[in-house]
Amino acid sequence: MADVPNVLLAHGGGGRLMNELIESVFLPAFGNPLLDQRNDSAVIDLGDRRIAFTTDSYVVRPLFFPGGDIGTLAVNGTVNDLAMCGARPRWLSAGFIIEEGLPMETLRRVVQSMQHAAATAGVQLVTGDTKVVDKGKGDGLFINTAGIGVIEHPAAPAPAHVVPGDVVVLSGDIGRHGIAIMSVREGLQFESAIESDCAPLAAPVMALLEHGLQIHCLRDLTRGGLASGLNEIAMAAGVQLDIDESAVAVRDEVRGACELLGLDPLYVANEGRFIAILPPADLPRALDVLGSDARCIGAAGDGTAGLVTLKNRLGVARVLDLLSGEQLPRIC
Amino acid sequence: MKFLDEYRDAALTRKLADTLARETTRPWTLMEVCGGQTHAIVKFGLDTLLPPGLELVHGPGCPVCVTPVELIDKALEIAARPEVVFCSFGDMLRVPGSERDLFSVKARGGDVRIVYSPLDAVRLARENPTREVVFFAVGFETTAPANAMAVAQAREFGLQNFSLLVSHVLVPPAMEAILAAPDNRVQGFLAAGHVCVIMGVTEYEPIARNYQVPIVVTGFEPVDILKGVLQCVRQLEAGKAEVENEYARAVSREGNTPAQQLIREVFRIVPRKWRGIGEIAQSGLGLTEAYAEFDAECRFGVAGAHAEEPSECISGLILQGAKKPAECPAFGTRCTPEHPLGATMVSGEGACAAYHRYRRSQQQMLS
Repeated sequence: MADVPNVLLAHGGGGRLMNELIESVFLPAFGNPLLDQRNDSAVIDLGDRRIAFTTDSYVVRPLFFPGGDIGTLAVNGTVNDLAMCGARPRWLSAGFIIEEGLPMETLRRVVQSMQHAAATAGVQLVTGDTKVVDKGKGDGLFINTAGIGVIEHPAAPAPAHVVPGDVVVLSGDIGRHGIAIMSVREGLQFESAIESDCAPLAAPVMALLEHGLQIHCLRDLTRGGLASGLNEIAMAAGVQLDIDESAVAVRDEVRGACELLGLDPLYVANEGRFIAILPPADLPRALDVLGSDARCIGAAGDGTAGLVTLKNRLGVARVLDLLSGEQLPRIC
Repeated sequence: MKFLDEYRDAALTRKLADTLARETTRPWTLMEVCGGQTHAIVKFGLDTLLPPGLELVHGPGCPVCVTPVELIDKALEIAARPEVVFCSFGDMLRVPGSERDLFSVKARGGDVRIVYSPLDAVRLARENPTREVVFFAVGFETTAPANAMAVAQAREFGLQNFSLLVSHVLVPPAMEAILAAPDNRVQGFLAAGHVCVIMGVTEYEPIARNYQVPIVVTGFEPVDILKGVLQCVRQLEAGKAEVENEYARAVSREGNTPAQQLIREVFRIVPRKWRGIGEIAQSGLGLTEAYAEFDAECRFGVAGAHAEEPSECISGLILQGAKKPAECPAFGTRCTPEHPLGATMVSGEGACAAYHRYRRSQQQMLS
C-alpha cells in the first residue's frame, strides 16, 4: 500500500485492493475480537442473547434502475448482511447525504421504496440522520443504513464452521443486478430488459434455520459477485472450494450482455442471492426449502486453504481468483 | 445460447482433441496471435487437451500490452490537464506508465472516463464545447474503423475540441518480425479472427508463402481454437503452408471493404514502437495529413516525449512467444495485477494476466 499514495476506485471494488485497504489501514487502527471475525455483521453476545450488528453505505448511479432503486438496495443490503449471520433483522437506521438541488420527488420515491422494502423484510426504520451537501459535492443521494438483528437459533453461521466435505448451495441465478445497473448507466439496450435481483434474504435464511438444518456458513453475493464471495469464504475458512461451472445458473440475457461487454458473470454484482455451506446430509432438505432455483454448485475440500477452483464444461479445472478491483470492459 | 453454446460444446471439443492426438505425429509449435485467444486457451484449459509436443505460444495481439510506455506517459500528461476530458476503453486505465497509471490520474482529479465506443467521446465533445475531449485510440485493425469514424464525424460536426491520441498497430508486420527473428520457433499461426473480419485474409498470403508457415484465421471459442489448431497441424503434417479460414462465419476473403476504405481515408501507415519489442517498420497507423488537426500529440505538445521500459519486465519476450509468463522471475511475486511491472499483467488480453488469473496455483491444484 505504501506505493499507492491516493485512494483509488478499485479500493472500494470488493476485490483484492479493498482487502489490502482493510488490512493495512482499518484493522491496525480498530482491531478487536468482534471486528476480527470479518463477517458480514458483528455478532455480539449479550449474555442472555446474541445480536448481529452491521452497516453499509449505498452509492449507486443511476438512483433508479430496472428492478429497484437506491432505497431498496439500502434496506435489503443491510437486512441481508444481518441474515447472513443467522439473525432475524429487526431495526435499521438510515443516514441520508443529499446533494443540494435533488428533486424532492426523487427523495420521496426513494423513501417510499425504503418503507416498502422494510415492510417486506419485516424491519423498522427507527432512527435516522439528514445532511445536505453543496451542489456538486455529492452524486444526488448517498444513503447509509445500519441494522440490528436478533439471533434466535443456536446456530451461528460463520466461515470458521466450514469443514471439508461440506457442500455449497447457491440460491438462484447470478449477475442480474450488475447487468441491470450497467445497462442503464451505459445506455446499453438489450432485447429484453434485465431486472435487478435485489431482494431481502432473511426469509429463506430463517426458513433454513427453522427447519433445523446445520448451516455452517452463509454469504450474500454483492460487489465482486459469486467468485469474490467464494474466495472470501475459502480464505476465512481455510478450506479449498471446488465449484462446478455447469451448476451455476446464469440467465441467457445476462450471459449475452456479459459476452458483449467482455465481463465474466461470476464477478458481476448481485443483491438478492446467497450461498449456504452445509453438511451433505442436509443438502436435499436445503434444496427443498430454498425452492427450484437453488443448486448445489460445489463442495469444500482440504486441498489448498483459500483456493477456489472452477471445473468448466470441458471438465478442466482452473483457479477462480479474486479480482484486483472492478471488472473493466475490454477493448475488443 | 445460439452462436455461443455450439462453439463451447464439450463433446465436440473433446472430439477435436482426440482427432488432434491421432493426427499429430511430431512436435509442433504454433502461435495464437490474439490475446483474446490466449485468454480463452488458458481459461478453458485448451492447452491441457493437446497431445504432448504440440505447443501453443502466445503472440503479440494484445493492443494494451504493446502500447509503448512513452505513449502511456503522454496519455497521463494529457489526462492530467484541467481542460481535458480523457476518454479511453476500460482496460487501458490500469496500464502502468513510467510512474503511474490513468486510474491514479483520475484519483488526483483528472477527468478520465471509460467509454464503450469512440463515438461516445465525439458525443462528449459536442456536449462539452468548452472542454478538450481526447480519445485514446488504441488497438489493432479491429478498432481502427470505429476510431476513423470518430474523427470523420468530428470533422463533419466541425468540432475543434476533439482529438485522438493514436496508438494503432497492425498485425501482419508483427508476425513478419517474429518469423524473421533468428531464434524464431513458431511453425504455424492462428491468426486473429476479428482483425480479419475487417481486413480479410489476403494480406496473410505473402507471409505464408515467403516464410513457409501455415496461417489459419481462427475464432475465439474453444471449438474455434481447436479447429484452428487442427487445420494448422494438418497443414504442417502435410508440408503445406497456406492461409485457411476457420472463422468463415465472420470473416470473408475481402473483409469489410467500406471499413478498410474509411481506415485508408483517415489513417496512414507509419512506423510504430511496440512495448517491449521496439520499433517495427510500417507497423502502425497515424492520422493522415488531412486529419492532422485531430492529432492530440501535436495539439498538446507531447510529441517528443521519451521513456524507458522497466528493465525487469520481460513482456517483450512474452509477446513474441519466446517465454511463457511463469518463466519470469517476477511473475506472481514482484509483479501482480495489483502491482504490475508491465502491461501484460493487467490487460484483459495479456498473457501474464491470463496465467496469473487462471493458473497461479495450478501446481498446488494438481498436487
